[in-house]
Amino acid sequence: MSATPSLLDNKLVKWFDQRLPIVSTMHHAGMEYPTPKNLTYWWNFGSLAGFMLVVMMVTGIFLAMHYTPHVDYAFASVERIMRDVNYGWLIRYIHMNGGSMFFVVVYIHVFRGLYYGSYKSPREVLWWLGIVILLLMMATAFMGYVLPWGQMSFWGATVITNLFSAFPLVGNWIVTLLWGGFSVDNPTLNRFFSLHYLLPFVIAAVVFLHIWALHTTKSNNPLGIEANGPQDTIPFHPYYTVKDLYGIGVFLIFYSLFVFFAPNALGDAANYIPANPLQTPPHIVPEWYFLPYYAILRSIPNKLLGVLAMFGSILILFLLPWLDTSRVRSARFRPIYKLVFWVFVICCVALTWAGGKPPEGLALWVARIGTIYYFLHFLVFMPLIGWFERPLALPKSISAPVLAGGKA
Amino acid sequence: MADTAKPGSAAGVHDDANRRDFLFLLTGAAGAIGTASAVWPLISSMNPAADVLALSSTEVNLAPVQVGQAITVVWRGKPVFVRHRTPEEIASAEKVNLKDLPDPKPDSERVKKPEWLIVVGVCTHLGCVPLGQKLGDPRGDYGGWFCPCHGSHYDTSGRIRKGPAPANLAVPGYTFVTDTSIRIG
Ligand code: HEM
Ligand code: FES
Repeated sequence: MSATPSLLDNKLVKWFDQRLPIVSTMHHAGMEYPTPKNLTYWWNFGSLAGFMLVVMMVTGIFLAMHYTPHVDYAFASVERIMRDVNYGWLIRYIHMNGGSMFFVVVYIHVFRGLYYGSYKSPREVLWWLGIVILLLMMATAFMGYVLPWGQMSFWGATVITNLFSAFPLVGNWIVTLLWGGFSVDNPTLNRFFSLHYLLPFVIAAVVFLHIWALHTTKSNNPLGIEANGPQDTIPFHPYYTVKDLYGIGVFLIFYSLFVFFAPNALGDAANYIPANPLQTPPHIVPEWYFLPYYAILRSIPNKLLGVLAMFGSILILFLLPWLDTSRVRSARFRPIYKLVFWVFVICCVALTWAGGKPPEGLALWVARIGTIYYFLHFLVFMPLIGWFERPLALPKSISAPVLAGGKA
Repeated sequence: MADTAKPGSAAGVHDDANRRDFLFLLTGAAGAIGTASAVWPLISSMNPAADVLALSSTEVNLAPVQVGQAITVVWRGKPVFVRHRTPEEIASAEKVNLKDLPDPKPDSERVKKPEWLIVVGVCTHLGCVPLGQKLGDPRGDYGGWFCPCHGSHYDTSGRIRKGPAPANLAVPGYTFVTDTSIRIG
């Protein structure tokens, strides 16, 4: 690679880099980084997530210039952004739909990891950091949704903060601490705004660690086997920079369809009614990306157990490197796990559907069966399948299958 | 310190190591206590402030509320249900077998005067406002209130009977100022 001219050949850059090696570090991480040459488009979603984080921070900072975090003015200030502020509607719709797009991207990113066994040794810490990012994103999105102070903002905040009261002894103390009063009110809105501004920057810091861990253990790939040497990898730049950019282009088309043609399709109309602490809307639902957890919560008719199952459904992901007993990473070579993986995807979709319906009749039963299946998948199927499944033969190297195909 | 410890003497090295361990622990402890006392005001600042705590009590005139009617008043930002119970409602609340209740409390402990039931209108599950105050609202299987959020049923004493809520609707502190007016809080 020394043959290609680089920024570091410049004397001035070199002088600077010897004093703060930021240029060589970036060059190392963003250009030379040896990447498996067989990555598919499923590997685009990490950079897409990073792109969405930047979009959310930029639009959020501009929204914050016009937004007023006070129960008497918040709703009106958001309507002012929509009607009076130049391009305010655009900035808000990018931010509002951006929350959803961020979750679309991150969920695909996570399911990619589940399919290709990216959580297995030596990538456990990388996987954990990903879950930490997911949890922080959830907290951020939840508090952001409270800011416009509509009916769903208020009642969503009430229901979710009350979840913490389920914990014995400390529960009510935590809830009061979240509220800063006796109910969701102005102090709550103020602190949520403060934290909603802060957490994305914390996420950025964890993303940094996530990428650091990635560059230490190197990327997994669709075959789930390690690269044997330079013949199995290509430099990140230009091969994957251009592929990631292309992915961002396609993704922006999808994102723009929502922003420009269906900006409220993913939202709830009730959030355009100002918050009323005395009247609960007939049907409270969170944003779509929280529906599976909401379904799990409501499927259990006991407050504490419901709350524990809901939190547990995400925390269980931390244990995945040990719950999966198979030595083979990629589902490509795991005929039974592959099948069970897709049933699990269907289970998550079903939970999402059930979480959006009132908890009665069919939806309640789908939620209950889905909840049981969700935990069975991780606690029973994953350990057992790894134990009795006979994986297919793994290729000798990343290059081997391609070269064999070329000869044939 | 390196000067005072005799180099090569086992005792000197040992003494020095002990002293250093002690100083290290002392510094660590002082740092931990210092940090904790700096964090405490920050956490404490998130609790209700003095003006929030001082939120005034609410006076309610009961005279216009007819038998069978209910009104909702606001106290500390929360709805409070005031229901003028009918004799049948009082009777059904009183005759319940305490063993059938998830959160057993006799009706007599939840009211000052049997015809007036005063409870905080916040579902003890996750904080929604139950239905049942207005004519035509669903009142659940036990004739009190029904919480539409996750389906909790409360009886005519505001006690939880069915659904995910763990506890009865709370009874706020209140006093009868006159025969027909109360002060909540
Ligand atoms: C992880 C990144 C972020 C996520 C997932 C996120 C999510 C959200 C969501 C879901 C809303 C509600 C939109 C609505 O219904 O109107 C919102 C509102 C808001 N966010 Fe963010 N946000 C993020 C980052 C930021 C940042 C960095 C700021 C900057 C300070 C910010 C400032 C705001 C403001 C001022 C609002 C209220 C205006 C509005 O409702 O449109 N956000 N956010
Ligand atoms: S909040 Fe009333 S049943 Fe859940």
